[in-house]
Amino acid sequence: MNNKEDLSSSRELAAKIRGHSLRMSFATKSPHLGSMLSMADLLAVLYTHILRVDPNNAHWPERDRFILSKGHGGAALFAVLAERGFFPTAWLETYRRDNGKLSGHISHQVPGVEFSTGSLGHGMPVAVGMAMAAKQVAREHRVFCLMGDGDCMEGSTWEAAMFAAHHRLDNLVGIIDYNRVTALGQLEDVIELEPLDERWAAFGWSVLRVDGHDHEQIRQALSALPLQRAKPSMVVARTIKGKGARWMEGTVESHYAPPSEEQLAAALAELGVGP
Amino acid sequence: MRKAFHEELLKIAQVDPRVFLLLGDLGYGEVEAFAKSCPDQFCNVGVAEQNMAGIACGLAMEGYIVVIYSIANFPILRCLEQIRNDICYHGANVKIVTTGSGLAYGPHGMSHHNTEDIAIMRALPEIVVLSPADCLEARGAVRAMMAHDGPIYYRCGYKNEPDLHGGQIDFQIGRAIPVRDGRHVTLIGAGPITYRALGAAELLARDGIEARVISMATIKPIDKSAIITAGRETGAIVTIEEHNVIGGLGGAVAEVLAETGTNVAFKAIGIPDTYVRVVGTHGWLLDRYGFSPQSIAEIAKGVIRRRQWPSHVPA
Repeated sequence: MNNKEDLSSSRELAAKIRGHSLRMSFATKSPHLGSMLSMADLLAVLYTHILRVDPNNAHWPERDRFILSKGHGGAALFAVLAERGFFPTAWLETYRRDNGKLSGHISHQVPGVEFSTGSLGHGMPVAVGMAMAAKQVAREHRVFCLMGDGDCMEGSTWEAAMFAAHHRLDNLVGIIDYNRVTALGQLEDVIELEPLDERWAAFGWSVLRVDGHDHEQIRQALSALPLQRAKPSMVVARTIKGKGARWMEGTVESHYAPPSEEQLAAALAELGVGP
Repeated sequence: MRKAFHEELLKIAQVDPRVFLLLGDLGYGEVEAFAKSCPDQFCNVGVAEQNMAGIACGLAMEGYIVVIYSIANFPILRCLEQIRNDICYHGANVKIVTTGSGLAYGPHGMSHHNTEDIAIMRALPEIVVLSPADCLEARGAVRAMMAHDGPIYYRCGYKNEPDLHGGQIDFQIGRAIPVRDGRHVTLIGAGPITYRALGAAELLARDGIEARVISMATIKPIDKSAIITAGRETGAIVTIEEHNVIGGLGGAVAEVLAETGTNVAFKAIGIPDTYVRVVGTHGWLLDRYGFSPQSIAEIAKGVIRRRQWPSHVPA
């Protein structure tokens, strides 16, 4: 595999995800743009290099299961799935519109979406159930669950974390889009999650921290799964909320504020993805 | 009843490897046979109801028929959002079973009373709500539940419930089960408390009042036709449930009566809208809160007096 060429394809996809997310947020004045942009690189690497999925057969039994637990950032996943051919990119224009194809939070009614979320803390227990089912019959596919900071504040996530380690579910992979900004504040002012790696490790997971915008680091981490045999894997990806939309990067405002027309144009130009 | 439940479930699991039982670390003395006989279809999740409901959903989405089992309100209230967003919205084939409903855990206290569940669970779209009245119904309900594709809430009794039915019954989801025929008033029960409604019917018979008794073993979808027929033929309906008087069986029956415009005298008997703060055994609490056959019979007489037609009742 030519690594250089390899990573240019995921970088290109990441730019497209950001472009779609910006346009979708702008079109309906929708919130959560910062949450979409912070995980754009993670999604791009997953859907270019890691996940075994088939756009022509969304329910392929051997597919890797991917659950987006931070369902509020769902537009970014819709963008990836459209770009990968699960459904027409024209659907993206119906995001949050009357009788539209795509809701604000992720829904399994959309081809390629494994599971509906929107309230935090739901993804990991379901992913654990799916991983357990795969182990029951020794199936080879993996189960991925991408979470946000908020997911790590919910008790249900930690219930599932305990269970997964106890049952040695090494076909289960957690990824945290660790942007450290919530709806109302910075983590240090709301609920500090540090030491996050140590916390997951203490719960029995094998943990690796990466730069969540560095495609090579992300790809390497997710290409060496499980991180450790007989343990579930956790990749803590440090990200910047709103990454790629300079005016909102790392700010609390990035959670709700859609871009203005000028901001949209500037961001699209910088990304090189066109209007 | 819980014994009947487990025996029936085990029989099905032994021939269907898709059946998977998850426990919330409860079921001592009842679940051991299943664990021993079907160890690969069994997991004690631990004291973590939200995780249990989520795991159940994940397993079901991979093709399993999952039963989550705990006691009282534990498998529904703590994890209600998982039941709503994960299990029900995805149409996951998960059966939520709770044993010891109503006031069955009497002296354990309020934390162990399950008295709001019917109202809450029947408000969830696309779920079936079952409340068998005796062991025969409990067994039929298990078979019907496991054959049904989709989420079900199964409100199981506790132990030593008396038999309500003499002979065999035909348990079908959505179909009320007749217990006793009568023409002056209809007593509709759900769950083991229905036995006390039958006791009330026997007391009423001494006064020449023929009370019909129905077990509404499926609370959702409710058997509208049985309710409308009972209203038309007896003119008076009393519901009896071990549940807050708001929103449960009485509410479900009242909705049918109101919407069909039937001119029926009606009264819902349930736990008054309060928490049980007194201490007592199950039977004592039931008497205290107005569920003695005598009390039910007196209320039925009052409802009969309110009937607008016909007037052939001795009273």
